[in-house]
Amino acid sequence: MLTKAQIILWLENVAAVMRQNRDYLTGLDAAVGDADHGANMDRGFQTVLQKLPSWDGSDIGGILKLAGMALMSSVGGASGPLYGTFFMRAGTAAAGKEELDDDDLRKLLAAGVEGIVQRGRPVLGDKTMYDSLFPALDALSAALASGADTQTALDRAVSAAEEGMLATIPLQARKGRASYLGERSIGHQDPGATSAYLILKALWDAAA
Amino acid sequence: MKKLINAVDDVVREQLQGMAAAHPDLVRVHYDPRYIVRADAPVQGKVAVISGGGSGHEPMHGGFVGRGMLDGACPGEMFTSPTPDQVYACAQAVDGGAGVLMIVKNYTGDVLNFETALELAHFDGIPVQSVLIDDDAAVKDSLYTAGRRGVGATVLAEKIVGAAAEAGYDLDACANLCRRVNRYARSIGIALTSCTVPAAGRPTFELGDGEFEFGIGIHGEPGRQRLPMRAADSVTEMMAAAILDDGPYTRTVREWDRQAGEWLDVTLTDDPFQPGDGVIAFVNSMGGTPLSELYIVYRKLAEILAQRGIRIQRNLIGPYITSLEMQGISITLLKTDDEILRLWDAPVLTPGLRWGM
Repeated sequence: MLTKAQIILWLENVAAVMRQNRDYLTGLDAAVGDADHGANMDRGFQTVLQKLPSWDGSDIGGILKLAGMALMSSVGGASGPLYGTFFMRAGTAAAGKEELDDDDLRKLLAAGVEGIVQRGRPVLGDKTMYDSLFPALDALSAALASGADTQTALDRAVSAAEEGMLATIPLQARKGRASYLGERSIGHQDPGATSAYLILKALWDAAA
Repeated sequence: MKKLINAVDDVVREQLQGMAAAHPDLVRVHYDPRYIVRADAPVQGKVAVISGGGSGHEPMHGGFVGRGMLDGACPGEMFTSPTPDQVYACAQAVDGGAGVLMIVKNYTGDVLNFETALELAHFDGIPVQSVLIDDDAAVKDSLYTAGRRGVGATVLAEKIVGAAAEAGYDLDACANLCRRVNRYARSIGIALTSCTVPAAGRPTFELGDGEFEFGIGIHGEPGRQRLPMRAADSVTEMMAAAILDDGPYTRTVREWDRQAGEWLDVTLTDDPFQPGDGVIAFVNSMGGTPLSELYIVYRKLAEILAQRGIRIQRNLIGPYITSLEMQGISITLLKTDDEILRLWDAPVLTPGLRWGM
């Protein structure tokens, strides 16, 4: 079970984590892209943070949708529409909810990931955010199906995301600007898989 | 970093303010969200052509807003794509009832942001189409990369399709023409130096005095190969060969099905240049290379094309699609036909390109 206050805390946590990891993410991006992922994510979630108090009247679905729209209009690059779509679709799946049971949580994350798939059309192993999101969703669904509680399921999801993130290191990028580096993208951890892991980790923290 | 700027965060806004001050007769600038439209927008009954992308490539795209070219342009942060709300607001501002064509350079960020904006405009009832420009012959395969990048052909497409819209072509005719221009065009770029993004404060990559980078894009990103520096004629030969000896190029792109309101996968193949082709030859400065050197390159390019039996029918020489202050050039060749030549010659009146009026 997750409350509306915990969802708000999740977004606040993400904003704090993106600020802390701004230079780290930008450094990862400098190796394979154009060195702006940390700055873009920080700008986006600071925008969410500033607007959050004004969304207090909305339910969980509404808050997530507004967060998605704020990200869409402030992040830029490929991450803006991808994370924007993730939160907007998650919000649609949680429309009208003031709290989330375990199945609501699974549906919300599944809808968000499905949005990313439709927009960016990643395949596992392309070296993208999907490489941490897909295993995380898979682990969460499996844990809930086997009767685990919310916190345990999220714990497994975060572990799976972390593994997926680390598994991008030896991969050659097939999507985004990193793909132009060909074999030179091998050996670098994907910045998008890293920010996706951080977002899930922040949810785990909020649920604790 | 030594740059003629005030604060790093103000670069994009202040350059827009300068443009608005310099060209009130040609363009209007909107600041929140950021877009530039021609002074008389929306033009009733005319297809509106818009484009956009990261800032740092001036005069593209904002400098090409005006009669006979773009109706609107959406500048992002430096080398960062604009956001969907920006592009959507721009589309609304220029739509004169005949629909909006979006010309999109093939970079993942630009593609995703413009696709999202297109959907917003479509579901708002604006007839809308988009065409992807992917002319960079430096990228060899599309299966294991995001595909060829959109570079020099963007400028030529904006001119030609802008003229078609001005002449009364409808939305689908403008889109089809734009796809043909893209299919007929190939480009290659080189860099002698990197460039410094103001927010980064240091050059994007290091390039020694005795080296140059072959096969670059337009964001200061590394290219296909790093090679020992050589004379202009030899560099021009390499660049011409990269375009002329490039085989057929096949990729799958998403095209918008306006009736169904969904994206379709379409597989396209571009054919190589042939002896007997007429071309528009575009020799472009990345910002830091002087006109003097562009003419040295053009002189050799003209000689090579003559030897290959390819006729230069028109040319464009100068800084039109740049990477800040980077020293480097790109060459774009566009195969012509009567319609393309007629539209190329049509009058254009923008801050960055002007002839015939």
